[in-house]
Amino acid sequence: MIKGVNLLWNNVKKEDIFKMDLLRISTAGSVDDGKSTLIGRLLYDTNALTKEQEQLIEKKTAEKGLKDLDFSVITDGLIAEREQGITIDVAHIYFSTRSRKFIIADSPGHVEYTRNMVTGASNAEVSIILIDARKGLLEQSYRHYFISQLLRLGTVVFCINKMDLVDYSEDTFLQIAADVKKMVDSYEFSKPNIEIIPISSLKGDNVVNTSENTPWYQGATLNDILHSISPSNKGDRAFRMDVQQVLHVQNEEFTDFRGFSGRISSGNIKIGDTLTVLPSGKSSTVKEIRQYENVLEEAHAGDSVIISLNDEVDASRGSLLVKPEEQPEASKSLDATLVWLNEDAAHLGGRYIIQAGSRQNQVKLQQIHYLTPPENPELKLESSKLELNDIAKVELRLAQAVFLDNYRENKANGTFILIDPQTNNTCAVGFVGS
Amino acid sequence: MSTKNHIQTLENESIFIMREVAAQFDKPVLLFSGGKDSITLAHLAKKAFYPAKIPFTFMHIDTGHNFQETIDFRDELIAELGVDLIVRYVQDSIDQNKVKEETGKYASRNSLQTVTLLDAIEEFGFDACLGGARRDEEKSRAKERIFSVRDDFGQWDAKKQRPELFQILNGKINFGENVRAFPISNWTEEDVWTYILQENLKLPSIYFAHQRKLVKRDGSFLAYSDYLNIVDTDEIVEDVVRFRTVGDMTCTAALISDADTVEKVLNENKASKHSERGARIDDQRSESALEQRKKGGYF
Repeated sequence: MIKGVNLLWNNVKKEDIFKMDLLRISTAGSVDDGKSTLIGRLLYDTNALTKEQEQLIEKKTAEKGLKDLDFSVITDGLIAEREQGITIDVAHIYFSTRSRKFIIADSPGHVEYTRNMVTGASNAEVSIILIDARKGLLEQSYRHYFISQLLRLGTVVFCINKMDLVDYSEDTFLQIAADVKKMVDSYEFSKPNIEIIPISSLKGDNVVNTSENTPWYQGATLNDILHSISPSNKGDRAFRMDVQQVLHVQNEEFTDFRGFSGRISSGNIKIGDTLTVLPSGKSSTVKEIRQYENVLEEAHAGDSVIISLNDEVDASRGSLLVKPEEQPEASKSLDATLVWLNEDAAHLGGRYIIQAGSRQNQVKLQQIHYLTPPENPELKLESSKLELNDIAKVELRLAQAVFLDNYRENKANGTFILIDPQTNNTCAVGFVGS
Repeated sequence: MSTKNHIQTLENESIFIMREVAAQFDKPVLLFSGGKDSITLAHLAKKAFYPAKIPFTFMHIDTGHNFQETIDFRDELIAELGVDLIVRYVQDSIDQNKVKEETGKYASRNSLQTVTLLDAIEEFGFDACLGGARRDEEKSRAKERIFSVRDDFGQWDAKKQRPELFQILNGKINFGENVRAFPISNWTEEDVWTYILQENLKLPSIYFAHQRKLVKRDGSFLAYSDYLNIVDTDEIVEDVVRFRTVGDMTCTAALISDADTVEKVLNENKASKHSERGARIDDQRSESALEQRKKGGYF
């Protein structure tokens, strides 16, 4: 077996390190579907595990008397999890190869499946869905794909796992692949990039190393696919920046500095551009874009900057900076998809705090249009309350107008959370208009 | 369009988190130990608010068992940054009979820090503590939030963590609660070293190869010091070593190494494949040592 060329660290030069980029991946599933084994295999074969982890795997494998390596110890984090053999919360796993750093948000299955997966996948660009080759698509696979779609992840990789247990049968693979395509086609949303790979995490087939057991499969390994995906570019969206703070400085060097700090959530900006501050609606032009000691000509989505304007316009934390020709609509009523994340149910008329970026506002659950069971989104169930893991189309009424985009057009400015004012807990996530 | 490398992406994210802490809390404090992670935090804080001043007070929970190099470095950096530093001592907690000094060969003050920290939080009324913890350090850290809410006993309850979605950070707390905020959650040890290389950050000298008197114990090397309870089976040796973490002297193991530059350290760490916490003797007490300490309010 040949190890990928991008895996060896020896003699890495300074220039190479600074060429690496970052990709966020989401994995989800319950313990018995081989997810830990897949992550373990990926890290093991990319040489990303520490010596201590490798030794622990070997020790546990020997203790259990197993023939193949037991990778489960890599993702079992907390005491309660090890005792009960379950995973409780989203775990973050880090590894890097020569060209890319990866962050895996690994969500457990079980009761809080939806809540955990939405949380873990919210920042991801790729979702890996594991399917047991012996079982094919399960209810969970539909749910999993639905959530990946709800979050508009760019790429969904279906790993048809445990191929060793079906004698690496091409027919089995093709049948499941056909089912996957049917599921993907049945959703009305925009289609992500779909990949389907026959693998065995336990044996290492097509995870990092190309398998000799699947000569009929000409496609890429999981590792190759994860390296070929481009991190998403939010630069082509409308410019949006939440003001985090207003910074005033008066000293010898900066006689009268006033700037708005924030992280550009979408779009681009350059010196001289006209910006409108919402909600005040006042406009001015960009005088300076600053990152620490550097003064920039332009800045892009993802950059944390400080923007100074040519005129003194009123803005503070809670203001949104936009370009005048691409303003989001102001609305006191919001149609949204909500995922309820709290153990306390929401009832019609319930009052919450909505937070989008750095903006906060009072909100009331005005109407629950219907619940969407993720494993069967065609069904539209009536309900007067929202319970943990429920996904619903709702209408929210706001105390003040909020400037949000439709989630389909602008992910960064189209999402929000709801906070329970009694407990301060984050109790829901919302997607505008979707 | 712009392409950012992984370090730039992480830096932008961390600066965003720092600013959220400054904006959402009344009395935030930055926990500063003089180690590479808190040096990275301090640098990020400087970059996040410039040309304004760093809006955080710094605080060091001093076990009294420090490397002198780290303390000297700490004081120089604090002076350079122009921030206020509060120091609270584990020795005082011991003198007040709030904690009991451990005894025996493995005696360490590392876990005693918790009480001193919680007392200091109460004394000053801090509502947020910025820390340099990273999720890659250890299994229970991997499940930590960026804003981690603690009750007034400082306890961490893994099962009751708030979901964190997208870039939205909910810092709302009830009276008496506080938040531990971790701006470099998503950084690995390698990322920190890469950042140190990129930003040309200064570090205490003990991070680099130097000649030192050592105590060889259970196959590990500890710095020779008065704080260590030396027993018959210990062997006193001298060698060229560096430290990968700079915690309490009694529980931080040295690596035999001749890596004397940041680049060499990066390459050596990567090649050796040993984890950083492998050098923290107190985390090896059991598979869940750190989780247990966190539940009790430890950082």
